[in-house]
Amino acid sequence: MEKPQYNTDIVKSFVHWSVLWGLVAVLVGVIVSIQMTNPEMNFPPYLTFGRLRPIHTNAGIFGWGVGVIFATFFYIVQRLCKVRLWSDKLAKFQLYFFNTTITASAVTLILGFTTSKEYHEMEWPIDLMIIILWVTFAINIIMTIIKRKEEQMYISLWYMLAAIVGVAILFLVNSAAVPVSFFKSYSAFAGTNDANVQWWFGHNAVAMVLTAPPLAMFYYFLPKSTGVPIYSHKISIISFWSLIFMYLWTGAHHLLWTPVPDWIQTLAMAFSIMLIAPSWGSVINGYLSMKGQWHQMRENYLVKFLILGITFYGLQTLQGPMQSIRSFSAFIHFTDWVPAHIHMGTMGWVSMVCFASIYFLVPRIYGKELYSIRLANLHFWLALTGQLLWSISLWIAGVLQAGMWNAMNPDGSLTYTFMETMVEMYPYWWVRTIGGTLFMLGVIVFIYNLFKTAHNGEKTASLAATAEGRA
Amino acid sequence: MWEKKPILLLVLATAAIMVGTTVTMIVPFMSVNTDADKIASVKPYTPIQQEGRDLYIREGCNNCHTQTVRPLVSEVLRYGEYSKSGEFVYDRPFLWGSKRTGPDLARVGGKYPDAWHYKHMDSPRAMIPGSNMPDYGWYKKNPLDPKMIQRKMEVLGFPYTTEQISALADKNEMDAIVAYLQKLGSDIPWRKAAKTTIVGELKNPFVGNKSAIEAGEELFENNCEACHGENLEGGIGPELTDIDMDDSDLYQIIYNGIDDGGMPAFGSLGTNKVWQLVNFLKSGDSD
Ligand code: HEC
Ligand code: HEC
Ligand code: HEM
Ligand code: HEM
Repeated sequence: MEKPQYNTDIVKSFVHWSVLWGLVAVLVGVIVSIQMTNPEMNFPPYLTFGRLRPIHTNAGIFGWGVGVIFATFFYIVQRLCKVRLWSDKLAKFQLYFFNTTITASAVTLILGFTTSKEYHEMEWPIDLMIIILWVTFAINIIMTIIKRKEEQMYISLWYMLAAIVGVAILFLVNSAAVPVSFFKSYSAFAGTNDANVQWWFGHNAVAMVLTAPPLAMFYYFLPKSTGVPIYSHKISIISFWSLIFMYLWTGAHHLLWTPVPDWIQTLAMAFSIMLIAPSWGSVINGYLSMKGQWHQMRENYLVKFLILGITFYGLQTLQGPMQSIRSFSAFIHFTDWVPAHIHMGTMGWVSMVCFASIYFLVPRIYGKELYSIRLANLHFWLALTGQLLWSISLWIAGVLQAGMWNAMNPDGSLTYTFMETMVEMYPYWWVRTIGGTLFMLGVIVFIYNLFKTAHNGEKTASLAATAEGRA
Repeated sequence: MWEKKPILLLVLATAAIMVGTTVTMIVPFMSVNTDADKIASVKPYTPIQQEGRDLYIREGCNNCHTQTVRPLVSEVLRYGEYSKSGEFVYDRPFLWGSKRTGPDLARVGGKYPDAWHYKHMDSPRAMIPGSNMPDYGWYKKNPLDPKMIQRKMEVLGFPYTTEQISALADKNEMDAIVAYLQKLGSDIPWRKAAKTTIVGELKNPFVGNKSAIEAGEELFENNCEACHGENLEGGIGPELTDIDMDDSDLYQIIYNGIDDGGMPAFGSLGTNKVWQLVNFLKSGDSD
């Protein structure tokens, strides 16, 4: 092999920044959680719940989620293609532009410049920045794949490519708007059409950002961590194609019982249920790849994070289809049940896989052993307990709330006023704050461990090779 | 094959993505917001209402409030007539929301008098103890920008008059948000249709029942005090200390509210609770 080959610096930088944005996301998460129980913690005009919540969601999905996607994809793509990244300069530009975009998003959201469309709140000038960012990323990944030295493209690369086109299409359509000024625009679509477009976007942002890329990471880092290949190539192929085909039909499961035409709702319901198959294809493939390796669950912290992550993914993709059934949606839609679903996905599945991927790469890009495996295990337990407290408390809250909203007296009147149902939520929201705080402590332990690894970790020869980009 | 050809994979993936996209996202444009779901009485927002809507978006009220009533029994009882597609044709963007931390607002227009909203926005908890809605009293300090609002109306293509624009000069953000809230869901005459006409003779089931009076007092504290005062002395609503109405008239007022008078309907509390309130009000016991 030639001398230093792979670009590891860019991976390092993206790891640093994504971890930082991750901390911001969970910190703001804890703050908005506290604001729901303690409204006096709103500081108008900038620091109110209505303005901070979108900062939490966007920092979580785009700062943390997409940041880790950039870091890991740059790491993975070079290794799977056995070539250096197509353009170092472009990647460097992407790094600066990524941080500029995320900062600009946070600042404008705090100032109240928002479109109100979920996960697409930023106003049109920032949409343009996001488009530039994504095109830059896409070109670099696609060109690297084109000049690859390994003919066969591994599973992770399929998911990467699908996510790249998927996000592009979704984002472009949902961005369509007519500007009034630099900070204000009106959606190109109105009312029911706007709702339908938004949730076609919203649900597929889940598919193309919170599902496909973490699966790409999972398919790469699981075999790397266990030393055993993925169980079945055939299951991988079938799951991949059916997943990206089916997801796009399901957006209207966010709009059941609304004025959106019934046939769209029915299609969404049917396809959501069918989605169990491709989702569980990956779950089963992951589990079967552990055959004879389950002892690693005890010995290898990376495997713990990954297998727990895929387990949460499995639960998420059973719960999601259930929520897509009209009768069940009638009950839990709009309640606190839904945030519990969301956070099992974002904290349980996405974040667990991101943690594992970063734990895998940091020793390899710094050429040093991880500073402390004990701290990594502590992080694991904090994350797991935090997430379970978060979701379980709100599932209970959601069912209670739904039950009270629907309770009727024998004479056909409502049993509870809205306020009687709302005050019942406070204890559960408190438990959520505690769970979130544990999770956040986990993130702090994680960052400390990474920092110590970079500065005080033990150097080893085998890792030095990867760090210099030679393996 | 495709596993060795990235461009082919990209093309195939795009094709796979576009099938569901076409059917569920593009095709609906042919039937939604067309004559098929048009409602003649639904009018575009006036300048002040549209500005109020933009302020609602700016503050992210949609993070706590939904704006769509589903056709479910309990929901229609609680919030009013279920939402129709034609009611949203002027909404850019839509504001249906995804989480009901606070109540649905799709039909809040006309539910309360303006004075209620001014007081509530100023300090929700002073009126509704236990609410977690932030205070928005600071809205009152911010004047409106008539030029900008006129520009918005042009971009949206909504009709407006120069008087409407010049009238904005001495209004503030609070006036705008209240104007918007009062328009919500009131383009169709659903309130009148929802009124229950009570047939047959109304008979008070609790005459002289002391525990009913106590239950009524508690109901009053939770539902009426904000407008009629702690000691029935009045506020947004009139004083209720000596009511000389017969029981069935009183029942009707509480059950159905007073149209355009700002007295909301409390029929969703159920017959029993409304009778308990009647007994409390007639007991003359105000502490
Ligand atoms: C943190 C969540 C939260 C936010 C943000 C919020 N609200 Fe509320 N809102 C509530 C809750 C809870 C209630 C019910 C208790 C009450 O009336 O205060 C409520 C009640 C209301 C009501 C009365 C509805 C009825 O039918 O009684 C109106 C009107 C309202 N809010 C308007 C707004 C507007 C306008 C904004 C944005 C400027 C806003 N809210 C922001 C939580 C919120
Ligand atoms: C949003 C404020 C508001 C709330 C809450 C409210 N009211 Fe009223 N109420 C009014 C207003 C305003 C009027 C005067 C309407 C009119 O005469 O046009 C009124 C009128 C009345 C009247 C008729 C008084 C008369 O002398 O004609 C009665 C009785 C009454 N309310 C009882 C109640 C009861 C009982 C409750 C609680 C279940 C209640 N109100 C809650 C605002 C309110
Ligand atoms: C410390 C951990 C976290 C805490 C305490 C937290 C807290 C919260 C709270 C309080 C809400 C508002 C819920 C409501 O309106 O009822 C919320 C919403 C949300 N959070 Fe988190 N969160 C955490 C971690 C994350 C992470 C890591 C992500 C993403 C990667 C994330 C993504 C989201 C999303 C997408 C929503 C929007 C939910 C919706 O639209 O209904 N959260 N979070
Ligand atoms: C088969 C797969 C899945 C299906 C069918 C599904 C279904 C659903 C449904 C029906 C809702 C709407 C709930 C409601 O408002 O009533 C929802 C919300 C959500 N789901 Fe899933 N889900 C799936 C997987 C996932 C995964 C893997 C994630 C990853 C994090 C995820 C994240 C979310 C988020 C963020 C929302 C909130 C959207 C919002 O209202 O703001 N879902 N899901």
